[in-house]
Amino acid sequence: MELKQLYREIVNEHNLHPVHKKTIENPDLILRGVNPSCGDDITLSLKLDGDIIVDGGYEGSGCAISQASVDMMVDQIVGKKKDEAIKLAGTFMGMIKGEVTDEESIEALDEAAALQDVAHMPARVKCAVLGWKTMQQMLEGGAEVE
Amino acid sequence: MSTLSEFRKDFEIFDSGEYVYFDNAATSQRPKQVMEAVSEFYRTVNANPLRGLYDWSMEATARYEGARKTVADFIGGASTEEIIFTRNTTESLNLVAYSYGMANVQEGDEIVITVMEHHSNMLPWQMVAKKKGAKLVYLEPTMDGTLTKEEYESKITDKTKIVAIGHVSNVFGVTNPVKEITAYAHSKGAVVVIDGAQSTPHMKVDVKDLDCDFFAFSGHKMLAPMGIGVLYGKRAILDKMDPFLTGGEMIEYVTREDATYAELPHKFEAGTVNAGDAVGLAEAIKYLQKVGFEAIEAQELKLTTLLMEGLKKLPYIKVFGSEDPAKHCGIVTFVMDGVHPHDLSSVLNDDKVCVRAGHHCAQPLMQFIGAGSTARASVYFYNTEEEVKIFLEKLSKVREVMGYGA
Repeated sequence: MELKQLYREIVNEHNLHPVHKKTIENPDLILRGVNPSCGDDITLSLKLDGDIIVDGGYEGSGCAISQASVDMMVDQIVGKKKDEAIKLAGTFMGMIKGEVTDEESIEALDEAAALQDVAHMPARVKCAVLGWKTMQQMLEGGAEVE
Repeated sequence: MSTLSEFRKDFEIFDSGEYVYFDNAATSQRPKQVMEAVSEFYRTVNANPLRGLYDWSMEATARYEGARKTVADFIGGASTEEIIFTRNTTESLNLVAYSYGMANVQEGDEIVITVMEHHSNMLPWQMVAKKKGAKLVYLEPTMDGTLTKEEYESKITDKTKIVAIGHVSNVFGVTNPVKEITAYAHSKGAVVVIDGAQSTPHMKVDVKDLDCDFFAFSGHKMLAPMGIGVLYGKRAILDKMDPFLTGGEMIEYVTREDATYAELPHKFEAGTVNAGDAVGLAEAIKYLQKVGFEAIEAQELKLTTLLMEGLKKLPYIKVFGSEDPAKHCGIVTFVMDGVHPHDLSSVLNDDKVCVRAGHHCAQPLMQFIGAGSTARASVYFYNTEEEVKIFLEKLSKVREVMGYGA
């Protein structure tokens, strides 16, 4: 997909009208993720019920790709088990780095799969993976709410 | 004008006509004469300079030292002992910080820099201040980038040991009053270091007239290859400084326990030197002199004026720095309402327009102007009015791509 098309068809909607850019009640995990070199800065909050992610939200600022990517990600992981979410993060980051290319794996990412072409934009890889990286870190033993 | 379009033909990277390159403040393009000079050095006289006693090595030495003479003359008649070849401005400034700063700054002393500095002229001084227990004092400009007399006269004091200041800001494009600041700093007994990375490609520099103690610049922003830079230092000061790096060809005598160092400037040029690119830098200087700084400045002013007038017509664009195009040195930094500079730069790239986006290695300045990140278009003499028009036209469509109506 061409970059402009990617913005118009996918990224803008999530960037300008995000669904999950909000605070959630009583989050169990909160973690900030930053790309210092470009200023992308998000704080991700998740609520868990046992092993299941039951709610999620984020706040912050940054480029459209970083913000849209985290919005799509929250869409994907709410309702999933922790280890499923971690596995999806691996798939997403693999896809963006061009290491995961088989359709079946990528389809599991649903809408987030639309960012596959960021793999051809090395300068924007960091933006696309920020949310996923932050989520993976927090679920793998990141930041408990005090 | 016609001569400028002739000069442009020497830059083969523009032959395809595909790209508008407006990131000249990051690095310039190189004319074929420069690349040919480097190639010719390696094809015809290559040998390790300063060492061999045979023809090629002696010729390589002559070319390398000839390049030093060209540089010395170019910046106002310095002597060749005062010209040290480095990799770039960053290395030049680190040389001064480590070799002069660490030896001469003591606890309680002050180092004065500005909040506009590139990280290259900030981090070395942060390091010296931290290690020596000295205080780092920041000069702050007005919002249009002006350093006032009151500001520098109130902050440069008897405690100041070093004043390190950018000649031209890589964000505002403003030319700082470095000559006046140097005179004032000298009256307080401080040594003055000027970062000339953004000025040397665009204006006549005269280190004797500025009377600064150190002046650093890079070849790659002024048509020369990447990896060759210069540090000018006053001989009396360089003489007293210890080497920055030690090793080959910077020695006189070496025993198992001790060494005496070579004379200036070789004392500061340890290891095999970058002679090929020094020759390239000399060729770049000759090229710039052929174009002439008058023509360079006139073209940059014409393009900057056109650029700023065009940006003014876009109500969602905010330009930083002075409203006067003459005070931008070809650099126009801006933000677009609602669009992150990285998205802006990516969308422009889709139209083959190259601009920089980010913090421009000046994070404290970004904090000072209240922007996390900005976009920057920077022109050089080989850019054209046509390119400015293309840039403005493509830029005017970015917001639509980003979902803000038409």
